[in-house]
Amino acid sequence: MVATYDTKTDYKVIGNSPIRHDGVDKVTGRAIYGGDVKAPGLIWGDVLRSPHAHARIKSIDTSAAEAMDGVFAVLTHGDFPQTDDKTIDAGEGTVNLRRGQSNVMADKKVHYKGHVVAAVAAVDRNTAQVAAQAIKVEYEVLPAISDVDAAMAEGAPQILDGLVGDHLGESVENTNVARVFRHEFGNVDDAFANSDLVIERTVSMSMVHQGYIEPHNATAIWGQDDNLTVWSSTQGSFGVRSQVAGLLHHPESKIKVNYVEIGGGFGGKTVVYLAPIAALLSRKAGGRPVKLVMDRSSVFEATGPAPGGKIRMKIGVNKDGKIQAADTDLMLEAGGFPGSAVGAAAICVFACYNLPVSRITGYDVLVNKPKSAAYRAPGSPQASFAIETVIDEICDELGFDKIQFRLDNAAHEGTRRGDGVQFIRVGLEECLVAAKESDHWNSPLGDAPAGKKRGRGIASAYWMNGGGKSTCDLMLQDDGTVMLNEGSADIGGTRTSIAMQAAEVLGIPVEDFHPSIPDTESIGFTGVTGGSRTTYTTGLAAYNAAQKLVVELKSRVADLWETEASNVEFADGVFSANGDSIGIQELAGKLDPTGGPATATASVNLAEAGNAYGVQICDLEVDLETGKTDVVRYTAIQDVGKAVHPQYAEGQIQGGVVQGLGWALNEEYFITDDGAMANRSFLDYRMPTSLDMPMIDTIMVEVPNPLHPYGVRGIGEVPICPPLSAAAQAIKEAVGKPFYELPVKPGRILEAQND
Amino acid sequence: MTTNSPSKVHVTTTINGQQHELLVPPYMSLLDTLRELIGLTGTKEGCLDGNCGACTVSVDGRIVDSCLVLGAEVNGKNVNTVEGMATPEGLHPLQQAFLEEAALQCGICTPGFLVAAKGLLDNEPSPSEGRIRHWLAGNLCRCTGYDKIVRAVQKAID
Repeated sequence: MVATYDTKTDYKVIGNSPIRHDGVDKVTGRAIYGGDVKAPGLIWGDVLRSPHAHARIKSIDTSAAEAMDGVFAVLTHGDFPQTDDKTIDAGEGTVNLRRGQSNVMADKKVHYKGHVVAAVAAVDRNTAQVAAQAIKVEYEVLPAISDVDAAMAEGAPQILDGLVGDHLGESVENTNVARVFRHEFGNVDDAFANSDLVIERTVSMSMVHQGYIEPHNATAIWGQDDNLTVWSSTQGSFGVRSQVAGLLHHPESKIKVNYVEIGGGFGGKTVVYLAPIAALLSRKAGGRPVKLVMDRSSVFEATGPAPGGKIRMKIGVNKDGKIQAADTDLMLEAGGFPGSAVGAAAICVFACYNLPVSRITGYDVLVNKPKSAAYRAPGSPQASFAIETVIDEICDELGFDKIQFRLDNAAHEGTRRGDGVQFIRVGLEECLVAAKESDHWNSPLGDAPAGKKRGRGIASAYWMNGGGKSTCDLMLQDDGTVMLNEGSADIGGTRTSIAMQAAEVLGIPVEDFHPSIPDTESIGFTGVTGGSRTTYTTGLAAYNAAQKLVVELKSRVADLWETEASNVEFADGVFSANGDSIGIQELAGKLDPTGGPATATASVNLAEAGNAYGVQICDLEVDLETGKTDVVRYTAIQDVGKAVHPQYAEGQIQGGVVQGLGWALNEEYFITDDGAMANRSFLDYRMPTSLDMPMIDTIMVEVPNPLHPYGVRGIGEVPICPPLSAAAQAIKEAVGKPFYELPVKPGRILEAQND
Repeated sequence: MTTNSPSKVHVTTTINGQQHELLVPPYMSLLDTLRELIGLTGTKEGCLDGNCGACTVSVDGRIVDSCLVLGAEVNGKNVNTVEGMATPEGLHPLQQAFLEEAALQCGICTPGFLVAAKGLLDNEPSPSEGRIRHWLAGNLCRCTGYDKIVRAVQKAID
C-alpha cells in the first residue's frame, strides 16, 4: 500500500528560504571535504593507469616500485578476494561485484584508457606517483571500439570476456550488447500506416562528464582487528559501505564510513573507485592510513561519464494534432562494462505524451570508454533530445503551435507511461500552461545585431524521481532546541530542507535545529543523495520522526498534567488539555520527571516518488561567421510539487539548465582513433563559465505530490533534460537547418550553413 | 620527485596576516603548502592545472591559482585565503551575501569564488553584471549555473 496525503497549504516554515545550517562552514573554509581528511601517520596512495583503450595484460612487474625507498605497499588485481557474479544495489544503478572489482582494478584486460592496473602506497604523494609509474606492464593492444555502431558491427571484437548478452530473452554469445529489452503497447506498424504524417530521425550524442569540481578521493585505515574506517567523497556513505563490503568480502558491521562534505556528484559519486584501493593498501601497509586523490585527467578518463549513443525515433501524427504512435530504438554506451542508463531512458522517453500505441527497444552497448555512471536524470536528457527533435519537426511541418500540440497530447493522471506504469497526479499540463502564459513566450525574440541571427526553442522532459530508504533521528534538548541526525549526503542544502519538514510539524523555528549527518555507525541506513530523492524521502523520514515525537510528548504532557494522552491536543507548537497549555520548547525543559530525554526515530522505504516535469524556453543568438552561440534568454518552468526552500529549489533548476546547455552546445568526449580522450582537462573539456551564461529565469509550478504530506516532489534532475533540444531547436530556427548530433558546436553550425 | 629530492626552501611569508616560517619542498605548490604544511584546507584542489579556480588565493593583492604557484615563490609576500576573509566582527559582506542569496550548493568552488570576487571588489567598487561575469570566468561552478553567484556579488556591492 502506498500512503497518500491531502496536502496542507498554510505553512509556517515550508516555503521560506532560511540560511542553510552548514552555510557558515562552507563560506569560511571550515567545512571538511574528503580531500581535507587528515590522520596521524597518513601515507599517500597512487595508481598506474592503462595507456591503451583496449588491451590484454600480459604481465605486470611491480619489483621496481616495491624496491623504492618510502614505498609501503603495492597492489594488483590478484590482491582482491575472489568474488562471484552477485549484483548489489549501488543507489543509482546496480554493481555486479566481479565486474565492479575489475573496474576498480583491471583483471586480465583493460577496457578503457585510464583503467587502473596497479596501485602503491608511499610516504608522500610524490613518492607514490613516482613509484606507481615505475610499475612495468606488458600489453597486447587490441582495436579500440569507440561508438555503438562499431560495437554492434558484425565481427566486432568482444570487449568483456565471457559476456553473454540477453537479447529480448535470448542468450547471445560473442557480443558487445549486454542487453536488449522492449516495452510495447499496440501495433506500431498499423498505427503508422493510419497516420497522416510519419517522421523518423536518428540522433546521436557524445559522452559527457558530470564535471563535479571536487575530484574523487578516499582515505582508509584497515585496523589490526579488521575494522575498516573510510572517508570518501560520496553521494551516500552507505553505498560506499555496501560496495566496499561486497568488493572486498568484508562484513558491513566492520566497515565505518565517516561523512565528509562532497564537492558535487550529479550521480557520478555513487560508484566507488578509490575506497577499495585505499582499504587494501592500508591493510598491506600494516594499518597505516592511506589517502588517494584522483587527478583531473583521470576523473575524465576513468570515472562517471554519461552515455553517448544513438537514438532512432519515429512518430506518427494525424492532421488533427493527435499523436498516433511512437517507436524508438535507444542505443546507449555502457562504457567498458555493462550497465548504461538505457533502462531509465526507456522509462522517460515517451513520458511527456499520452500515446495510444508505442514501442521502445533499448540496447545496452559496451564500448572502450570509461564505465558510464549516473548523471542527473540518467538517460532522460538523451531521450528528451530525440523525441523533442521530432516533435518540433512535426509542429513545423503541420503548423501546430508548439505548446498547444504538447498540451493536446500531454500525459496526465491515468496516462500509461511507455513502460506500462500509470501516472498518479502529475503537473505537465500545468507547466505547459505556465509556459504559454509566460512573459518569455509572449515576448518577441528581439533583433540580433548584424552578422547574427536569433532563434527560440522549447522542449519538455520527464524524470520519475526516486524514493527508497532513509532514516532520521530527532533529539529534543532541554533548552528546546533539536538535534536532527539524518543519513543523506548534503550536496545542495538538504540538511535545511529536511530539518524544515520536522520544524513544520513541531512548530519549532528551523534555526533552533542542528541537523547533522553522522557516520554509518550512528544513523540508520539511508540511500544515496541521487534520483532527486533526498528532500522527498529523507524529508518524509524527518516528518514521520517529528510526528512520533509529538505522540511521545503528548504522553509526557499527560504525565505532567495527570490526564490521559488522548486529551492532549497539539497545534502550532503548543500542547493543550483541559484549559492548560504549554509551548513545545518550554516543555522540553520539564521532561525529567516524565522519563527523561525525548527522542524519536523514523525510517522509510518508499516504492514510489511522484514524478517531475519541466518545460523550458531558450532564446539564443548564432554568430553566422564563427558559429558561436550565445544564450540570450532562458526560462525554466517546472512542477516542483511544493518548494520547501524556494531559493535552493530554484538553484537546482538553474544549475541543471546550465549543465544541460553545456551538453547541448559544447561538451563532449573527443575520442581519438586509438580510443583516447583528447580533451581530458577543464581547459579543453569546456564547461560553461559565468561569462557564457545569462541569468536563468524560473517559474515554479506547484502541483502537490499526493505521496508526500507537504506535496514535495524531487526537483534536482529533470531540469538538465530540456536544454538539449530547446537549444538545438533555437539554433534550427536561427539558421534554418536541423541538428541531429550533439553537441551543436560552432563547427557543426558552420558546416550546416555551408551544406 | 622522491623523498630524496633536493633540499627544502626556507620561506618566510604572511598568510592571512600571520607570519609563517616554513621549509617547503622545491616542487610543492602554494596550494599544497597551504593545505599540507599550514593546515589551511579551505583552499580547494579541483584540477591542479589552473583551469577551475577552486584554489584561488590572493598574493600581494593579486588573485592566482595556487596550484600554479610554488610555495617557494611566496617568500616575503602576503597571501590571503578564504580563512582570512571573516573578522572577529563577522563575515565579510561577500560571505554574508553568498549565504543570503544561496550562491553555493556543494560549496567546493565557494572559497575560490569568494577570494576571486573579493579581488574584484577591492579594486572596483561597482562592477557591472558583465564585468562580474568576465572576472569570475576563471572560476568554475558546476552546481549553481552562476545566476545566484553573480547576484550575491551584486548584493555585496550594495
